[in-house]
Amino acid sequence: MNLIFEIGKEGRGLSLLPKCDVPQTDLPEKFKRTTKLHLPQLSENEISRHYTKLAGRTHGVNDGFYPLGSCTMKYNPKVNEFAASLKGFTRLHPLQEEKYAQGALEVIQMTENSLAEILGMDSFTLQPAAGAHGEFTGLLLIKSYHTDRGDTKRTKIIVPDSAHGTNPASAAMCGYEVISIPSAEDGCVDLDALRDAVGEDTAGLMLTNPNTVGLFDKNILEITKIVHEAGGLCYYDGANLNAVMGQARPGDMGFDCVHVNLHKTFSTPHGGGGPGSGPVGCKAFLADFLPGARVTGTPEEGLKLVGAPKSMGLVKEFYGNFLVVVKALAYILTLGKEGIPEASANAVLNANYMRVKLSKKYEMAYDTTCMHEFVMDLAELKHRTGVSALDVAKGLLDYGIHPPTMYFPLIVHEALMVEPCETEPREVMDEAIEALLELYDTAEKDPEYLHGAPHKAVIGRPDELGAARNPVVRYTFED
Amino acid sequence: MALLFAKTHEWLNDLGDGVAAIGISDFAQNELGGLVFVNLPEPGDEVVMGETFADVESVKAVSDIYSPVTGTVLEINEELLDQPELINDSAYDAWFIKVENITEHADLMTEDEYKAFCETEEA
Repeated sequence: MNLIFEIGKEGRGLSLLPKCDVPQTDLPEKFKRTTKLHLPQLSENEISRHYTKLAGRTHGVNDGFYPLGSCTMKYNPKVNEFAASLKGFTRLHPLQEEKYAQGALEVIQMTENSLAEILGMDSFTLQPAAGAHGEFTGLLLIKSYHTDRGDTKRTKIIVPDSAHGTNPASAAMCGYEVISIPSAEDGCVDLDALRDAVGEDTAGLMLTNPNTVGLFDKNILEITKIVHEAGGLCYYDGANLNAVMGQARPGDMGFDCVHVNLHKTFSTPHGGGGPGSGPVGCKAFLADFLPGARVTGTPEEGLKLVGAPKSMGLVKEFYGNFLVVVKALAYILTLGKEGIPEASANAVLNANYMRVKLSKKYEMAYDTTCMHEFVMDLAELKHRTGVSALDVAKGLLDYGIHPPTMYFPLIVHEALMVEPCETEPREVMDEAIEALLELYDTAEKDPEYLHGAPHKAVIGRPDELGAARNPVVRYTFED
Repeated sequence: MALLFAKTHEWLNDLGDGVAAIGISDFAQNELGGLVFVNLPEPGDEVVMGETFADVESVKAVSDIYSPVTGTVLEINEELLDQPELINDSAYDAWFIKVENITEHADLMTEDEYKAFCETEEA
């Protein structure tokens, strides 16, 4: 397929831009570019077809099953889009006076309060633009707290070896030294290793619960106690909140601050359909350090924006990705107090349904009741047939199913991590189970076939190694 | 000189004169898959037994490489920085670093012992 630079003709275009309503002025010579500006020149028709063609080569939640573990690829309800497209929200300027933006401020306040209730926190900021950005902001809260107390010797953040890669990365970005602790046999935190790791230099612990292998850590209260007794704080990575939303609260587990991914748990789109949003919540003693302007007061008296007294400053401009927040609030209000726990219960039920059916053939990394996702270990299959987790994942594409997460968590070597989500009907899961069981048989009978999979997808097997070794990330023009 | 192996899948080759070369085993490169990036220390850096001194990135993941000895880095294999695939092509020629002033080393296995160890790892 051609790139957008390779289609169209010089002089073609469309005039969607409004007329200029400010006086035009010339740029000083020194700011003008000296090389040719290569903008694609296409008619609307060509652009429309180009992107439709591109869409046909991708797979989204609207195309089919998307059990990408750890990503919570749930369906994005259309009512969210309706709410976010209301003109009162889309035509609002972030610098508009407070009195003309009361509705938007109320949305912020309601969302912050709802999230605080679901997570067991006291305050929330909606500024962070994504999960890892939320982690960074949460760690800055921890850092602000220690610094404010003059406790500057706390330079280390403890992260279990099953953590998402973003955890150690965020801690390093914050200037912390990362201490990785091994997981116990059962995939949970090794309490002895944690006790050995904590000390006067511990700033905090980063943890997701349920953890990255889909298990709820039974020692969670003991874990947060060990860290607190050493003087550190506990950070909850909300990546797996979909398993416990409305059932258990990180605040009650002993966590001091959290981030949630609106684009996972609260049904707003991921990635290109985003942007993302990673609100951060905290207990009252950390609220003074929160970033950005805080919505205060009541709708009756008029809501106001006031900065927190010891605020860390801004982590993003204005109020974060506001329209994403509107979508998440629409979701929370649609589900309500009854629907939120029902969603997480069904997410866990769906995962266990698939796990039990698949364990007829596939080996499970941890053979026990799981939360919202489970990890299959294909090491034995690979050893016996040569068919790897990658081959099975590629094979699934031929069934019109997006592969599960591969090779994560790192503590399981041939991992396939499956998260079906609560929004999938049983028939869809049955089809996927059938496909995976059939692929297992194919691996035993005809491993070569799977080494070459997918055979029917629009794109075959790309040279991932070649792309990583010699990435071409820039288009080179002939002139 | 025969190669010695660590449980964390590094090999060590005693080059004489108190200098040893360190790399990763063929089993390790095979498990990691195609390598796309290697991070090496600088000559003069200290390496510590059991601690990480380098990392390698494959299409799957980034993995730490542990030093089987404590000592000083004498030389690094700069070729690997541009051509990490050399490790996949020939793991026992693709040394990562040469170390001198070695003060301690881990319990290492002979090639036969290591082969048996890998079989238990795979099972």
